Amino acid sequence: MTLKILYFASISEAIGETAESFDMEPGMTTLGALRTALGELHPELLTAKNLRAAVNRKMCDWDAVIADGDEIAFFPPVTGG
Amino acid sequence: MEIAVQAADFDVGAEISALTAADPEAGAVASFVGLVRGGKVRAMTLEHYTAMTEAALADIVTAAKKRWKLRAVRVIHRVGCLLPGERIVFVGVASAHRGDAFAACEFIMDYLKTQAPFWKKEETAEGARWVDARETDDLAARRWRDGEED
Repeated sequence: MTLKILYFASISEAIGETAESFDMEPGMTTLGALRTALGELHPELLTAKNLRAAVNRKMCDWDAVIADGDEIAFFPPVTGG
Repeated sequence: MEIAVQAADFDVGAEISALTAADPEAGAVASFVGLVRGGKVRAMTLEHYTAMTEAALADIVTAAKKRWKLRAVRVIHRVGCLLPGERIVFVGVASAHRGDAFAACEFIMDYLKTQAPFWKKEETAEGARWVDARETDDLAARRWRDGEED
């Protein structure tokens, strides 16, 4: 399955990308599994403290199920306001 | 339009007036304005997740409306480069009585701080740095959940 991956703020800076497309093997269907798989390309995703993620523009926990075509965003804890 | 994410500044007085315009049942307005703190900070840039930001703010406003009796809500958050003293965020809440307005205004700010996808980068004489999230912000948002019965 193909996923649209987005990176924001310090995570984007560390990785050097703001967006990419990622093909994941079928069967690995949680956000946590995606993080592990992407971590082979971008170790920053595994070492980042308090990494957060959103699936289709909703913040989710690592056990959230993902599907083909989803938009997945990785970012540090938010600091607005 | 309850929610705005914009580069432009806003008029606090006009926003507060608009919350209760043509609403004779409104008896209270509470508002909060957040500013860029000066000191070492020369400028601040706010990045956000464009496609998610307004929906995240709308979810927070919806949660506030379920919890308190509110007559009108307005949330404005600025993005882009801001200088010390400039306004970053406005939250205004109108209700029949002050209790609902005070509580909902604080609730919306506490959730905005931990749930809305904005990130601040500060520029100082030593260089630029991303602002770290504060644990006290998480605790502030959590206390609203601790108090929930349902």
